[in-house]
Parts: sequence; structure tokens; C-alpha cells
Amino acid sequence: MHEASLAGGVLKLVEESAQREHFRRVSVLRLEVGKLANVELRALRFALEAIAPGTVLEGAALEFEEPEGQAWCMACSQSVKLPERGAACPVCEGYQLQPTGGTELRVIDMMVADD
Amino acid sequence: MCVVCGCAGGAGQEHAPDEGHDHHAPGGHTHSHAIGAAGHAKPRVDARTGDLHFGAGAARVSVPGMSQQRAIKLEADILGENNRIARQNRLHFEAHGVTALNLVSSPGSGKTTLLCATIEALKLRHPGLAVSVIEGDQQTSFDADRIRATGAPAIQVNTGKGCHLDAPMVAEAFAALHTHDHDHNHDHHDHHDQHSLLFIENVGNLVCPAAWDLGESAKVAILSVTEGEDKPLKYPDMFAAARLMVLNKIDLLPHLQFDLQRCIAGARRVNPAIEVIELSATTGEGMEAWLHWLEHAMDWHHDPHHDQTAVESGGVPAATEAALRQRIAALEAELAAARTAA
Repeated sequence: MHEASLAGGVLKLVEESAQREHFRRVSVLRLEVGKLANVELRALRFALEAIAPGTVLEGAALEFEEPEGQAWCMACSQSVKLPERGAACPVCEGYQLQPTGGTELRVIDMMVADD
Repeated sequence: MCVVCGCAGGAGQEHAPDEGHDHHAPGGHTHSHAIGAAGHAKPRVDARTGDLHFGAGAARVSVPGMSQQRAIKLEADILGENNRIARQNRLHFEAHGVTALNLVSSPGSGKTTLLCATIEALKLRHPGLAVSVIEGDQQTSFDADRIRATGAPAIQVNTGKGCHLDAPMVAEAFAALHTHDHDHNHDHHDHHDQHSLLFIENVGNLVCPAAWDLGESAKVAILSVTEGEDKPLKYPDMFAAARLMVLNKIDLLPHLQFDLQRCIAGARRVNPAIEVIELSATTGEGMEAWLHWLEHAMDWHHDPHHDQTAVESGGVPAATEAALRQRIAALEAELAAARTAA
């Protein structure tokens, strides 16, 4: 449900950038949404498509990068893959894990046009 | 003509407008984007107006006054604006000696009942301590009314359709709170002697509030034993974000099939450093541990006015150990992240 607020945050970032960089249309918007970022990708895409009409995002193609979850295992003293929160360490099968990657939630870049 | 880069395809690579090649995919686009490449020699013609567009390409071939597509790198955090205001809130709270706690749970976990009981207990224990509450709900001021009945100042924030509080809402609510009627010409250092406690009761929702920093010292997740022991694993983000899990309504345990240890083990799976307090706001069982935890959250173990013996008999070792473990985990994680980057 909070994906609607996030979509609003994305639009705000893009609109601020439009004022700064003087463009009127975004053709491609590229976002980074980590697997551990607490975001449902389909809901975010839907929310972005819903708010786009009438804004610089109208008609923009949305591209998502989904970095895999990474964690530091305290027992193994090494970085391991963490497909989801609450999953065990693939090496020692323990749960002493501190997520270190896959929590990103960012606008990476976009292709824009002035017409 | 290539619709993405705008080139006329003069280098022998004509793209259909809807061919949909990917500029990011390796090999998806093979012709040259270099300045002066033959492909950019011909202008793009606007079918409607007949306007000519030279160098209308992603490579930003510079033709003054002409429209073209270009790439803009943002690398901006989507929650950046919220986090910026949350940082302001945090500084504001610190400057005024306010310890802010963000209480998160599903609806009906007993947050408001726990708050009312806590305020009454704190009145007896620390008569001078100012306690105030920001109540987040979608609608109504029922909860703020219940808090105000205890004598503590409360402000209701109705989020309307919103499923969580955000940092700007809290900034506004804090400014509106009666306890905040300080003189702004005042030297901020004067406030350090006067601790106060601010409870932010978030909208009942175990998903969304996890992502929004409000500027709090800690998130406290409240889970009632009537909800089922698997909640920490079903809603891991919230329990990963919380410093403390309060297991509420434990007076009902005899009537339920609730595996307390399984619940705690689940919470530690998603957050190895999470602290746990079992209590019943109705019977008062476990309230002592909760009040100690609050005193620690306010950093009162450095305060000479605080009753040291009471603390030593209670939560100090556990709280300190958990805090240290969390610190170690954070440092190790930082190190791992730095190694990955390098």
C-alpha cells in the first residue's frame, strides 16, 4: 500500500529534476529496488503508471533493477546471499545475519526530452 | 529512425520506430553514438510541423536550441526527502531532550491501552517527567481522547487514506504539541536537563511504517499474543526495523495456543539483536521491565537522579549486551559493505 507514497516520492524527484534540467518529458525511467527494500514491485509499477498521466512521466517506460539481498553472517564472518528476510545463512544455516545489500530504493537515471 | 537516440540510421542500421531495442542491454544497439558519426548527419524531421532536429541523440551532440533526448543521472534515494526531514526531527528532539519512540503494530495489539498504563505508571515513578503522545490513525480522535484522559498532552494525526505516518507529519504534530511551547530565543542547552518522552503511535499496520523514519530513537513493535506467533516471520521488515518487541496481553496466554519461544525465535531470525519484553498492560505484569527499558532509552543510567539500584537489578545487563551486539553487527556489516565496494 505504501507503494503509492513511494511513487509520489519518485514523481517529486523527477519533477524537481525537470525544473533544474529543463526537460518536459521522460521517455525511460530507471529505478533500483532491492529485494529486501520492503517494496512490492508490481504495486510500485502500478502506482507509477496511475500517477503518470498529465505529468512529465506520462508515457515513460519503466525499468527496474533488483539487486539481490546480501547479508553479513556473524557466525561465518563472511558475506552471504539473503534471498529474503528471515531466511537462513546458506553456509551455516544460522540466522545471525545483518543485511548489507538489496535494501536500495533509488531513482538511478532517466532519458528525457524537451519536446 | 531510432526513436531512442534519434539517429537517422545513416550508418546502415535502420531501426523501426517500435523495434524496442534496449540501450542498456549489451549488444542491443550496435551503431555508433560518437559525435560526428555519419548516422547523426541527417536531421530528424518533425512529421507535424516539418521542423528539423539536428543531433537529436542520446550522445548530446551539441546543437544549440535543438530538442534532443538526453540521459540524466539522478542516483537519488526515493525516501530521501522523508529521511531529510526525519534527520531534522531527530536533531530537534535531541536539542530539546526529547526521547521519541515510534510504536508500530497491527490494529488492535493494545498500543493505546499500553500507552495509557505507561503514562499512569510514569506519573507515579517520575512525577516531573513530561510525556506526550502523537496519535496516528486514518480517522477519528478516539485514541488521542483516551490519552488526554490520562492528563498527558496528545495530538491526533489523521492520515486520511494514508497507511503510515511520515516525517513531515510528525514535524508538524510535534510543533503543535502543547509541551513544545518553549521560547525559541532560549539557549537550547537549557533543555538538556529536562528529559521528556514522546510516544508516536503509528497507524496500525505491520507493513508500511517500517520504511518511514520519523526521527525516532527507536521503533518498538508491539505484538499481542492473540495475533499468532508467526507474525515476525510473516511481516519481517517491521521486526527487522524494531529495536524492541513488546509481547502484549500475556495474561491471555492460558486461553491461547501461542508458542512464546517460537515467536521470539522468529523475531530473532529476522533481527538477531531485537530485545523482547513480555507484558500485560491490563494486569501490570512485565510493566517494570518496560519502564526500565524506557529509562534506558532516555539514557537515564547516566543521570544521577535515577535510581541506580533499581536498574542494576533489572534490565541493564540484557539491554547493554543487546546494544553492544547490535553495534558489533552494524560495524561488521559496514566492514562487509566497504569490502564489497572495494
